Amino acid sequence: MNIIAILNCFTNPSCLIMVLVNTLILTMLLFIIASGLSLIFGTLQIMNFAHGSLYMLASYLTYTAIRLGIGFGGALIFVLIAMGLFGYFLERSLIRRVYGDSLFYQLLMTYGLVLVLDDLVKIIWGSEYLAVAIPQAFDKQPIFFMGSVTPIYSIFIIAVGLVVAIILWAFFQRTSLGKKVMALSEDQEMLQALGINVPAMYSFVFALGTCLAGLGGILSVPLTSAYPGMGFNIIIYSFIVVVIGGLGDIRGAFAGAFLLGLVKSLSVIGFRDYEELAPFALMAIVLMVRPEGIFGKKH
Amino acid sequence: MLGKVFFAVLAVVGMSLVSFLGFSSFILEMITQILILGLFAVSLNILVGYTGMVSFGHSAFYGIGAYTVGIILKSTSLSIPTAMAIALVFSGLAAAIIGFFCTRLTAIYFAMLTLAFSQVVYAIVTKLESLTGGYQGLIGGIPKPPIELFFFSWDIRTVSGFYIFTVFTVILCLLCINVLLNSPFGCILKAIKENSERTSYVGINVRGFQITAFIVSGSFAGVSGALMALYISGAYPDFIFWTTSAEPIFMILIGGASTFLGPVIGAMFLFLLTSYLSAYTQFWGLVVGGAIVCFTVLLKKGLTEIIVRSRWYHSWGGFLKSRFYGFVKSR
Repeated sequence: MNIIAILNCFTNPSCLIMVLVNTLILTMLLFIIASGLSLIFGTLQIMNFAHGSLYMLASYLTYTAIRLGIGFGGALIFVLIAMGLFGYFLERSLIRRVYGDSLFYQLLMTYGLVLVLDDLVKIIWGSEYLAVAIPQAFDKQPIFFMGSVTPIYSIFIIAVGLVVAIILWAFFQRTSLGKKVMALSEDQEMLQALGINVPAMYSFVFALGTCLAGLGGILSVPLTSAYPGMGFNIIIYSFIVVVIGGLGDIRGAFAGAFLLGLVKSLSVIGFRDYEELAPFALMAIVLMVRPEGIFGKKH
Repeated sequence: MLGKVFFAVLAVVGMSLVSFLGFSSFILEMITQILILGLFAVSLNILVGYTGMVSFGHSAFYGIGAYTVGIILKSTSLSIPTAMAIALVFSGLAAAIIGFFCTRLTAIYFAMLTLAFSQVVYAIVTKLESLTGGYQGLIGGIPKPPIELFFFSWDIRTVSGFYIFTVFTVILCLLCINVLLNSPFGCILKAIKENSERTSYVGINVRGFQITAFIVSGSFAGVSGALMALYISGAYPDFIFWTTSAEPIFMILIGGASTFLGPVIGAMFLFLLTSYLSAYTQFWGLVVGGAIVCFTVLLKKGLTEIIVRSRWYHSWGGFLKSRFYGFVKSR
């Protein structure tokens, strides 16, 4: 570990801004994806291994949509709708059948879906890397500030992440539907007794979670390209984020995403050799100090 | 207990004789791999099926066992049984450390923390390049000196020699696990699975037993990893990657968690399915994944349970049942 390199970076504005921007991009992407996972776990009590594969599917769909020539904005809308529908049907046909089963079956069913989706993607799109260009609207001169270089697309991602965070917060705090979803995680029997269609709510929540995974896939595909197995890493990172932040809590997902983003971008400067180890070390430390996560409830 | 030892000896002798029947080496190699994977799955089932702890990081111990045997045989002149014993102790020690932290948590948190620790082991192994060969793994073959018994030396470099060695080791391990699970220790594990709170009210140190179960499970996973390293003559980081941890879980699902030998049946089913499919298509994951989804929806009890509960088993398997019931179905 090279602490001097990190300290040097902190005293150098260009390096500091670079670390900050990198941290924020990672935070926002991880937050968007992990909040979907956290939402699904919080209400449905299902740990969805297939979340990473849904993210991958969205990346591929974005590639196809852009190739069809509907532009990045069009692709965004098209893929979000497609992912929402896909999530809805997935919940209705399969996920619904393992509610209330032991953890073992839930993990296995969603892992089985990972294998299926991975191979389906390979069959449809092949095994090569499929690159997507940065959308034209953002393909401009980067911002030069105090010796640092920030691409416009990075700022776009950070902005979208903030907007998603605000929308989710407003949805859960201010709308009646959002409050019902929150109530669902507390006591679904009571909700049913009040005449609310609980199975439909479950489908809605799963579709919303899938959309969030999809949004993460759309935003990151110009940076990472689409390739088979891209879901494997992201699902592990999303797990780490939600476990650090506290399962089922959106604020926790944000805090966890920020911590993980910070550790990832600092590790590039200070401890490159341990870059892969660092997120797990972070998770192990947080779980030992606070097993329920930063914002988690004692259970 | 004596009946079980008798049955185990019978199984070792019977399965060893198979190698003299003139089957092709292809079939012997297949059985060898199934037995190794079966031991891996049974060792995990101590946690999943008996104690009710779903570990998603069992590949850590499998990999530690594999690397320990590989490194010892490559760099020292110790015999294979000694190396395997050291592998068992090492993976047991690793399980003690990891188990100490993981058992503080329950359910999904336990699963996630075991997963995290297995990735930590993965990262460490790929970093220690001078010892483990980094991402390349231990390549160049592991020397396999013949095992010296009282009168003769046992060459395990041949297919049938290694087959008999595997049969002996795996059945010995299965016997140990079975005896352990049918002892009062095993009963306490089952009690913890049913209701850990009540178990602790009776005055049982639940966490102590959970850690012990974790150590036992990790040690035997280490033995299966060691066997696999000897079989393919190498150890690779893939052994420890988290996707490897999912495989024994599939086997337990397919075979059924509530039977002792179920996971071995699951290992056989999964192995045959993947090797059959990969001969025809590279997209075997699609079929295997689909099969797993079907199992979780339709056949929650697993194959073995269905056979054991079926009418055929009760009418025709009467003799078998009376003789081997305790071994096949331990609950």
